[in-house]
Amino acid sequence: MTDESKTPSASRRAFLRGGLAAAGGAAAAAAAGRAAASGDPAITELQPWNQYLGEGVDARPYGMPSQFESHVVRRNVEWLTADTTSSVNFTPLHELDGIITPNGLCFERHHGGIAEIEPDKHRLMINGLVEKPLVFTMADLMRFPRENRVYFLECAANTGMEWRGAQLNGCQYTHGMIHNVMYTGVPLRMLLEEAGLRTNAKWVMPEGADAAAMTRSVPIEKALDDCLVAFKMNGEALRPEQGYPLRLVVPGWEGNMWVKWLRRIEVGDEPWHHREETSKYTDLLENGKARRFTWEMDAKSVITSPSPQVPITHGRGHTVITGVAWSGRGRVTQVDVTLDGGKTWRKARIDGPSLSKSMHRFYLEFEWDGSPLLLQSRAHDDTGYLQPTKDELRAVRGENSIYHNNGIQTWYVNEKGVAENVEVS
Amino acid sequence: MLKRAAPLALAALVAAPSAAQADKFGLGREATQDEIAAWDIDIRPDGQGLPEGSGDVWTGEEVYVEQCASCHGDFGEGIDRWPILAGGWGSLESEDPVKTVGSYWPYLSTVWDYVHRAMPFGQAQSLSDDEVYAVTAYILYLNDLVDDDFTLSKETFAEVEMPNEDGFFMDNREEVEPWMSDSAEACMTDCKDEVEITYRAAVLDVTPADAAAREAAEKAAGEGEQTASAETEAEAEPAAEEGPDPELVAAGERVWNKCRACHKVGEGAANGVGPHLNGVVGREAGSLEDYRYSKAMETAGEDGLVWNDETMTEYLANPRKMIRGTKMTFAGLRDEEDIDAVLAYIEAQQP
Repeated sequence: MTDESKTPSASRRAFLRGGLAAAGGAAAAAAAGRAAASGDPAITELQPWNQYLGEGVDARPYGMPSQFESHVVRRNVEWLTADTTSSVNFTPLHELDGIITPNGLCFERHHGGIAEIEPDKHRLMINGLVEKPLVFTMADLMRFPRENRVYFLECAANTGMEWRGAQLNGCQYTHGMIHNVMYTGVPLRMLLEEAGLRTNAKWVMPEGADAAAMTRSVPIEKALDDCLVAFKMNGEALRPEQGYPLRLVVPGWEGNMWVKWLRRIEVGDEPWHHREETSKYTDLLENGKARRFTWEMDAKSVITSPSPQVPITHGRGHTVITGVAWSGRGRVTQVDVTLDGGKTWRKARIDGPSLSKSMHRFYLEFEWDGSPLLLQSRAHDDTGYLQPTKDELRAVRGENSIYHNNGIQTWYVNEKGVAENVEVS
Repeated sequence: MLKRAAPLALAALVAAPSAAQADKFGLGREATQDEIAAWDIDIRPDGQGLPEGSGDVWTGEEVYVEQCASCHGDFGEGIDRWPILAGGWGSLESEDPVKTVGSYWPYLSTVWDYVHRAMPFGQAQSLSDDEVYAVTAYILYLNDLVDDDFTLSKETFAEVEMPNEDGFFMDNREEVEPWMSDSAEACMTDCKDEVEITYRAAVLDVTPADAAAREAAEKAAGEGEQTASAETEAEAEPAAEEGPDPELVAAGERVWNKCRACHKVGEGAANGVGPHLNGVVGREAGSLEDYRYSKAMETAGEDGLVWNDETMTEYLANPRKMIRGTKMTFAGLRDEEDIDAVLAYIEAQQP
């Protein structure tokens, strides 16, 4: 440092106390031992990074974000579950942009903790109603033709805590059980054809190698359609918490079906009705009956900024609203935004790639006059689906269905720019 | 269900088996019967997959008390937030439905399948087939679905019908939810006369505090605070070098995976299913104030048992042999090296 008597931030605090007036710079000038300069010391004074060398190219073999971004992390809610090994954490949507979720920030949901699998010992078995039951090593799977696809993965319980009212004050918590990633993998269809499907094959059952040994029943039409057996996410190997070395990708369908640490696919003629499709992931309605096999994730959107964790701090004037939208049935064709709780809507601008069953990024820029706002977003998809309000959903489903809450989200923003999770009439 | 089904129909597969064979990649190899037997553990509602074996209600109770009750409760009532297994009959239409095996699960096969593949939590696939039959019978008994003289076996399985088997129907969102096709009619202006706030999250205040606090703190603080904290961390590290062998501790962390479902250790550790292990070395057995030990453990402590390297090693090798009646549902660590490692890990985590 050129001046060891103060750090850059101390000089900035001195600047703020002293104000912009040249006379006020006298104190700073005396301390600095330089002629008083007007202007932001961040510019007028040399900063350490302007002068001194940083770390070399051997210091960070796997690069991490800046220390100044250390608040951008996954977070969990302690009181939601009995133990963190069968629990969930949330993607920090409020801090992200674009449509790709960085691998280290993809939310996690485990039922038996993160399995640590040695790839040389990992096997994928295909058995059941097949001509020849097969076993593959990871090396075998790398020799099949690959596909690259960008898909969202949303937990069916995303926003599940919000059925009865506005509860968690931040979009990370209300909407953070979602991520969007490019998968590289082998179409499941190719692996099933390699084993040879028998004529009565109607269902497949993926199974995990972790302590939860997760299973779900997948209809054969979907298995042969666009399912992938994936080993890469955003270019690198799946993270352990995302199923390393192998997971199933079931585009547009409930996240629970995307079995991680995939070890087996059984082919059968009836569904298995296992725990995750009976006890869980069934939607209980007011009449005491429950929907089963609610596979498709409905079109949904949320404004990620401003939101409770990222208030407006710049005051009146040109303001950027941003958020994400997605649909398990295809592409998002339009996103509307309202500033007045749903009286008037404007079309937001979708920017970046618009891919089927992928997250989309939208922006609305407007001149904020400093008055309170009731912000909402509403997604349309290419099947003609319109994102419903929470009231509309509750009228049909009641409040106990837990899953598939894709209702319109409202943020109340006050004159100070602070945002709060609310519901409106 | 799938209105927009994939064009590849089953008929195409039936029509051209020989063509499909010619297109095979020749990758992978045939699974052996033993391999399939090892992994093909799934059970279907029609009983397909059930192994030979049986278990009666009272044997089930013995297994349940030892292996299940510490989380699921003596009567299946669920402790803390662990799942409730019994009860809730007739509650599905109420404001607070209680979904249990008896009140909600449609098929018994689901119980057998799940208990076998995933339970006890932290020791999955450790029950024998007979034990799974027995525990399943006991869960039925807890739910008043069988009498206490019932024996569940592959043969009697079909006799049991679950009360809520008809409680489910196929996803019908596309038929009954109007917004599925409302896009074209979406209102853009004058959509409502009035808007009122009807619910506010800030009132509930259940959002994790650290998030908001940390972000506020980071916004207020300047770079100076960031560099200052980085410096103190750098100073603190050399001190951590003393203590147990780091390699052993790392190995111990892997062994700890078997313990962590029930035990916590380190900064902020609290009692859970099992007592926390802060200060355990040198502590009289069964002596933490606010943890409900088994009678056997309390008595052992009163009789003079103190946890040290030797006694902990003996206990971890075979808990129920050393303290008959302990409620710690763990078979034991067979490998002495694993015991050394996990003890080193526990020591290293002491705050």
